[in-house]
Amino acid sequence: MDLQILLLLGQDGVTNGAIYALLALALVLVFAVTRVIFIPQGEFVAYGALTLAALQAGKVPGTVWLLLALGTTVALLDGVRLLREGRFRKLPPLLIFNVGIPLLCAGGLFVVPPTQLPLWAQVAVSMLLVVPLGPMIYRVAYQPLASASVLVLLIVSVAVHLALIGLGLLFFGAEGSRTPAFTEISFELAGAPLQGQTILVIVASALLIIGLYFFFERTLYGKALRATAMNRTGARLMGIPPALAGQLCFTLAAAIGAFSGILIAPITTIYYDSGFLIGLKGFVGAIIGGLASYPVAALGAALVGLLESYSSFYASAFKEVIVFTLIIPVLLWRSLTTKHVEEEE
Amino acid sequence: MSMSKHPHLHDHEVILDVRHLGVAYGKVEALHDVSLTIRRGEIVTVIGPNGAGKTTLLAALMGLLPATGDIVYMGHAQGREREVEALVRHGMTLVPEKRELFAEMSVEDNLLLGAFDRYRSGHRDQMETMDEVFELFPRLEERRAQLAGTLSGGERQMLAMGRALMAKPKLLMLDEPSLGLAPLIIKEIFRIIGELKQTGVAILLVEQNARAALQIADYGYVLETGEVSLAGPSQELAADPRVIESYLGLGHKH
Amino acid sequence: MRRQLPLAVFIALLAAGPLLLPEFSITLLNYIGLYAIVAVGLVLLTGVGGLTSFGQAAFVGIGAYTTAWMTTAHGVSPWLTLSIGLVVTAAVALFLGFITLRMGGHYLPLGTIAWGISLYFLFGNVEFLGGHTGITGIPPVSLFGWEMKSGRDFYYLIWLVVLLAILALRNLLDSREGRAIRALKGGAVMAEAMGINTPRAKIVIFLIAALLASISGWLYAHLQRFVNPTPFSLTQGIEYLFMAVVGGIGHVWGAVLGAGLITVLKQWLQDWLPQILGQSGNFEIIVFGVAVVLILQKARDGLWPVILRLLPAPSRQRAVPQAPALDRRPAPPAGTLLLEANGVTKRFGGLVANNNMSLTVRAGEVMALIGPNGAGKSTMFNCISAVDPASEGKIAFLGASTASLAARDIASRGMSRTFQHVRLLGQMSVLENVAIGAHLRGSRGALAAALRLDRAEEQRLLAEAARQIERVGLAEHMFDAAGSLALGQQRIVEIARALCSDPCLLLLDEPAAGLRYREKQALAELLRRLRGEGMGILLVEHDMDFVMGLADRVVVMEFGEKIAEGAPEAVQRDPKVLEAYLGGVE
Repeated sequence: MDLQILLLLGQDGVTNGAIYALLALALVLVFAVTRVIFIPQGEFVAYGALTLAALQAGKVPGTVWLLLALGTTVALLDGVRLLREGRFRKLPPLLIFNVGIPLLCAGGLFVVPPTQLPLWAQVAVSMLLVVPLGPMIYRVAYQPLASASVLVLLIVSVAVHLALIGLGLLFFGAEGSRTPAFTEISFELAGAPLQGQTILVIVASALLIIGLYFFFERTLYGKALRATAMNRTGARLMGIPPALAGQLCFTLAAAIGAFSGILIAPITTIYYDSGFLIGLKGFVGAIIGGLASYPVAALGAALVGLLESYSSFYASAFKEVIVFTLIIPVLLWRSLTTKHVEEEE
Repeated sequence: MSMSKHPHLHDHEVILDVRHLGVAYGKVEALHDVSLTIRRGEIVTVIGPNGAGKTTLLAALMGLLPATGDIVYMGHAQGREREVEALVRHGMTLVPEKRELFAEMSVEDNLLLGAFDRYRSGHRDQMETMDEVFELFPRLEERRAQLAGTLSGGERQMLAMGRALMAKPKLLMLDEPSLGLAPLIIKEIFRIIGELKQTGVAILLVEQNARAALQIADYGYVLETGEVSLAGPSQELAADPRVIESYLGLGHKH
Repeated sequence: MRRQLPLAVFIALLAAGPLLLPEFSITLLNYIGLYAIVAVGLVLLTGVGGLTSFGQAAFVGIGAYTTAWMTTAHGVSPWLTLSIGLVVTAAVALFLGFITLRMGGHYLPLGTIAWGISLYFLFGNVEFLGGHTGITGIPPVSLFGWEMKSGRDFYYLIWLVVLLAILALRNLLDSREGRAIRALKGGAVMAEAMGINTPRAKIVIFLIAALLASISGWLYAHLQRFVNPTPFSLTQGIEYLFMAVVGGIGHVWGAVLGAGLITVLKQWLQDWLPQILGQSGNFEIIVFGVAVVLILQKARDGLWPVILRLLPAPSRQRAVPQAPALDRRPAPPAGTLLLEANGVTKRFGGLVANNNMSLTVRAGEVMALIGPNGAGKSTMFNCISAVDPASEGKIAFLGASTASLAARDIASRGMSRTFQHVRLLGQMSVLENVAIGAHLRGSRGALAAALRLDRAEEQRLLAEAARQIERVGLAEHMFDAAGSLALGQQRIVEIARALCSDPCLLLLDEPAAGLRYREKQALAELLRRLRGEGMGILLVEHDMDFVMGLADRVVVMEFGEKIAEGAPEAVQRDPKVLEAYLGGVE
């Protein structure tokens, strides 16, 4: 074994692992709060990356149209109810958030060619286009079924995933995209090159995780999300609406997904359907954490990244087999060590 | 939730007025034609055997279960779709039988979340309210950094009540606060309920410990197999031979 | 009879199909049949048993690849490879079931996602299985010299399998083993307390679903005459679940409906969407995904229940089952020490729910455990019946320690119980619910049930259930859905269910709660009769009049501890008891 290759693969593994860890956190969060197994998590990764790529290529990304369509649907659904109940004061924020901002984005993209924007602005616009899709999808697809069984929610997740894949193909085409690296800096570590982009991914992921930690530990809204995850009835009795909690955590999940996509876009070629496998690897991490523990999920995801990286070198055809078979021994171990206590429904 | 003005009700003293409330689980009626009234600064108790529908009554009032009949809260007739969150915003709180604490959070965080809706509506007086709660329950202040899941039974009940008080309620509904507690603690809890009454909050107290509940309450209802079988001022109920016979149980053997 | 009419019409149409329909429709119907076989398995696994699997497509793949490889590379007869495929499938299913089914929750679906992906990539990367190009030249199936080469020939075989699978499944669900499977959804606690081995029941349905999938794969391989990895991917596994859920996961026919609907919908979208959108691509999945979300929002139980409302209402069985009585266990003579609990302590985290509790129950006596709500009485019950074992202390039943026994083992030794929060299956009739209690008194398994070889025993079990229902006075409700009874009556159904297991010790958790005065009197009368027959009864109750008029001895609990014990009159005068029950605020 060559130390240089070992380090290079390790670098790759840690970079991917960091992304999987972010996704694993989002999956655990969404599941704990809403009982939704969020299969479309990966689509946000692809949408984030491909929206940025489209902007950089000087195209208007199709995401804008989806944002407008979904925003209008949400505005209609909630607007009719607000009108019927006579709560007019709630109308302006509803319209601004769901219709105004998407319209502004669409208009802006036609006025200012996105290629002229600095990188940070391109990233910001991409986030602005993709992240609101999270709460909107929650409102349209999941909220009416909030009390349904985990199975029904799971099937809805799969259906949403399929619809987003199809839309992705429509918006971005079958061609893959890779964005230019954010930084060209490169270091050397024990004889192996260390890309600036790799460090950027790791540092950004770490910062995001720290940010999330502060959100959950220090803000009342973060605590409210944790409370909903711990005890749904208790949270409702405190006046924490399940719909608010749901939209909030879908916003976070969408943001984490889109941000991850933007981070890895310069490293990997992303296709419209790449998100699914990336999301599933985050999933493997989340399962290792038992869909409950954040730190274990993050560690598990990092392990998945490393395993993937090394197996792609030694048995590249069986890379996916190895990564996904990892779950089996983990489940076996969990099954033998956890004493099953039946949950009261 | 829709809250339209109730045309016939001008008595501001009345906090909650319930007429002909019914709840059904599928085809099975759990509550039938229940009516009750609670006024400001009053403790009203609902007693009755297990399985009579007491917890169902509170869940229906709080909007956790769909119900039929008329509910007028704070002078506003409640629409069909009552939402828990909207009721919380208008000052209704429930301390449930199971407490429903956030076990892996500190006592202080549990209390803060009690004020979530007030925080969301722009109020920033949580720290003062928390001090008031600590005055009522000094034990909670001692344990403010401890996780709720590690508290004793009595402390859990105190935390559940304290958390409800953080919302500055107009109507406080307590489901079996004596559940599983030692006699000394029960006395302490009931003493505090008595103190709360002085602050003007209306209290709906559901209890299986009929004697203790009737001692502290102004008015009482007896719930049996989903229906109100007796109602009256608590003193009268406590002396009523039917109540003594059925709920004070061993009373007549004294 | 009118109920059978739609089915007869359906079968007649199916039979006439190949004579009337063009080739393309036959192909479509063949695929619908293949999908329906898998989806029927999912109805059993997911709809009835409450377990979710995404990996069914991989089981289909095992069936298909086993026959494809063995018939092409080794010239083995397809009929032999069918059984080999089933054996391989069973081995994999048992292994997966063992590691994922022991835990509740979401491990099975997640585990099957992973294994579905792994197997797909394995099919695509293994040299001798042809990699991503697959295996071609699979021989046709022949039966008595008739080679089924065309889709038209294969049609009848496929739909015969569909109908047989449905018939077998319906037979299974209407049997002792079927009730055990349906009890899984009522929670493992109740099922185990009735003596059902729930992990085994779960593995059985996982196995059946996997075997059905494998058969579908075998059919697929010989219909197509070539296989590649694509139809066995996770996506297809998800689609099977789609079919079952959209059709109505709780209904066997929902699987057929869902398979048909989804297949036709996809086909239709694939034909029309490119024309509407003006470009080709995989766009049907957009509409498809949105359609599924909308269907589930409008009918979250799937479409079959919607159709069911249009059909004539089922006529519930009315004849009270008659059969010779089941054998009874020898009853211990009155006065025998049945249960002895000594120093039982139960902790939940920091809370001590029971502290050093001791009590005994003898044959032919009613022992009452009383105390305020939350005193720890139900916890004590759970310790005794091993639903939630004690942290410390000794419990002996019929002289033997129960420390290492599961709830179902204790049930098999003659202890039965009811629950404070009624645990009945609301959709099932009272008769079927009570018959769950007789689980341990029968022995016929799933295969016998599917083939209807269990009828003599089944009749005796149902007759026993009917006798117990009559005994507790609910004969008029025997065929009503258990969930439609008043809550008090549901408690009585639980007593009948417990009696159905022929216990010598009966644990009743608040049997009188929610009962009206006359019903309470009838219950007291029943319990006196049971005591007269030598049964030992341990009773948790709040109603003092009820307890004091009935119990031979009373143990009073408060705050997790025993504060008094003795005859009812003595306990009533005990100052500590008076304080606990009456002591309010002074």
